[in-house]
Amino acid sequence: MATAKPLPVNLTDDQIDEFGREMEAIYDEAMASRGDRDRAYILKLMKTQRSMAFIGRMIIYASLFLLPTWPHALASWGATLLVAGIGVLMLGIAKILENMEIAHNVLHAQWDWMKDPDIQSNTWEWDSMSPADRWMHSHNVVHHTWTNVVGKDLDVGYGIMRVTPMQPWHPKYLLQPVYFVILMLFFEEGVALHEQALVDYFEGKKKPKDLGRILRHVGRKAWRQIRKDYLLWPAAGALVAAVINLFIPYPPLTVFLAVMAANAAANIVRNIWAFIIIFCGHFPDGVYAFTPDQIEGESKGQWYLRQLLGSANINGGRLFHILSGNLSHQIEHHLFPDLCSNHYPVVAPRVQALAARYGVPYNKASIWRQFGTTWKNNLRLALPGGKLPPAVATA
Amino acid sequence: MLQQQSGNAALGFVKNQLSNIADMMAYPLRASHYVELVNPLWTTHKLQAKVVAVWDETKDARTITLQPGGHWRLPRAGQHVRIGIPIKGKHYTRTYTISSAPERDDGCFTITVKAIAGGRVSHHIVRNLKVGDHLPIAIPQGDFYLPDASPIQPLFITAGSGITPAMSMLRSLISQQRLPSTVHIHYAPHEFDVIFGQELRQIATNHQHYQLHEVHTHEFGDDKQTKGYFSLEQLERYCPDWKERDCYACGPPGLLAALEKTFEQAGRSRHLHIERFLADFAEVPADAVGGKVRFASSGVEVDADSETNLLRVAEDAGLNPPHGCRMGICHTCNTTLKSGCVRDLRSGEILNEAGAIVQTCVCAAAGDCELEL
Repeated sequence: MATAKPLPVNLTDDQIDEFGREMEAIYDEAMASRGDRDRAYILKLMKTQRSMAFIGRMIIYASLFLLPTWPHALASWGATLLVAGIGVLMLGIAKILENMEIAHNVLHAQWDWMKDPDIQSNTWEWDSMSPADRWMHSHNVVHHTWTNVVGKDLDVGYGIMRVTPMQPWHPKYLLQPVYFVILMLFFEEGVALHEQALVDYFEGKKKPKDLGRILRHVGRKAWRQIRKDYLLWPAAGALVAAVINLFIPYPPLTVFLAVMAANAAANIVRNIWAFIIIFCGHFPDGVYAFTPDQIEGESKGQWYLRQLLGSANINGGRLFHILSGNLSHQIEHHLFPDLCSNHYPVVAPRVQALAARYGVPYNKASIWRQFGTTWKNNLRLALPGGKLPPAVATA
Repeated sequence: MLQQQSGNAALGFVKNQLSNIADMMAYPLRASHYVELVNPLWTTHKLQAKVVAVWDETKDARTITLQPGGHWRLPRAGQHVRIGIPIKGKHYTRTYTISSAPERDDGCFTITVKAIAGGRVSHHIVRNLKVGDHLPIAIPQGDFYLPDASPIQPLFITAGSGITPAMSMLRSLISQQRLPSTVHIHYAPHEFDVIFGQELRQIATNHQHYQLHEVHTHEFGDDKQTKGYFSLEQLERYCPDWKERDCYACGPPGLLAALEKTFEQAGRSRHLHIERFLADFAEVPADAVGGKVRFASSGVEVDADSETNLLRVAEDAGLNPPHGCRMGICHTCNTTLKSGCVRDLRSGEILNEAGAIVQTCVCAAAGDCELEL
């Protein structure tokens, strides 16, 4: 069946249907191959992540025994910052693993097949200010169903940026290089406020009462995150400091602020990394955006084709892929969003070869090229105009 | 005394507040998730047990000794426990009778499982579970136990692995040194294929109040029952005073049906106590046509065919269940199968295990079914 406006490829509808059937076969085979090894993988990953988070926080505490107020030879700001930096990095990586390779994928229902009552998409909550259920709506439903459809997929520019020339220019986009950096630093907060409900409200489709209910829900989740990282962990350190302060000078307030700053740094490390990986998924050169009439009456084959043309992969080794939550396999993730992520590297060569046989581009490059062109496009599209990818996508 | 009580209450309050704060610091997990890294038996967010020993009772039955975590509750002899077992990555839940006595002093309990032909879970437990494995468990449940206070004289009628609740009761009565006059008729293939055979015979030798009648149903080398079927005449012979006893029976459905009939005819139904496990699977209808769909929370029941997805069925019935993509990718419409059978329209896969997650937008009825919605 043809869509109202054809996709930018040199393939007939019959050819696209066959493309879809081949893609479906890869998916079925991968789904059928899941087993013990996958369960072992996710359990080990969770164990590693939790251990890293705990040890990271302990190292941050340990660094405070190097504050210059201590009367021993090693005490200095330099030593404190060095050790705290190791703790921050460890906590940051733990948060990256939790957000990207664990929670993102659990919330995609990738692990529901295990029927493990502790690892289910509908009961999972994650280490992020965005409540899992709201995020699942804006991500799984809006973004994954309407991938890169301008005006439908909120992730096209997140409502504040112009990422394709298909979005009409507006003076507000002049400042988008600034938004880019701010969103990079505060990505967690950005994701929490990234709400279809807000858009609906401003377009008059949602009543203030309904919006208030959702915002309170988001607020409760954000408060729990703030309470943990910026109140309780610093307070626990300050409490110990208050006791020590009775014997040697060790100001509890300094300790409180130091732990708070370290946790903020860990969150920002995670924010920057997640932002880079996610922006490389849909905004580098060569990624296609679509108009609503291109998906009207879309077949399964056309859906697969749109996901392929609308996503981009990043080259890397095994550790890099795990740290990026396998979103470095953004193409495979968009084709098979509920296949467990550790299978993406396995199916990727087959998907790439399939795309090559049908003469469709498979956008895969180094992180420098992908993030470099994302940044370049951000600067260029702040001004009117801009260059669209080729009218016919060819490999 | 009063002072001590209020002291304890204050201590409890402080402990509660501390554990709340620890949970807030561990958010979105709980402190228990981090405790689990050190020892899975110390968790409070779920109860787990560690396999500490395995022992073959017969060629295809094995006793698994489990050490439960801190929040375990002692069972009553005859009760059962739900255990979660991961096989090929998938989590299955099954119920097994506890075969040990609650009086065991090492804090462990045992289950004794027979590998059923074609039974994936029982086969896995008997052959693949190994010492050191951790399994999620629930606390003991069930109403198949001897009354505490009233002095009854039990008649146990058991067959095969149906021995387990009776064994737990016998062991418990003996360890409490209050074994009453007991008659036990047990059916097993042959003398070397009796689960707990040696222990039963030992009890019969040591305790004059305990009469054991083993009925062997197979000739050596045969794999089908050829003799020893239950009959009233057999019952009269082994236990002439059966009408004065309370019968506790556990075994295959055929035996239990025959017992129910015999006791009903004698007007003794109230004194027949039966333990049977509900089937965990619904039978798959041979011609997977549609059926009645019941939406449990909404209390709505409608007819559905085998092609219309259940989301559509629910909407046509006036419900508005959560949904998103309507093509099986976003999992917003996930719900739980309470009973019956549904078919995944994409793969043709049949889901018939109670508790299975159903994506309503891509599943249709395959016979009658009940959904959580």
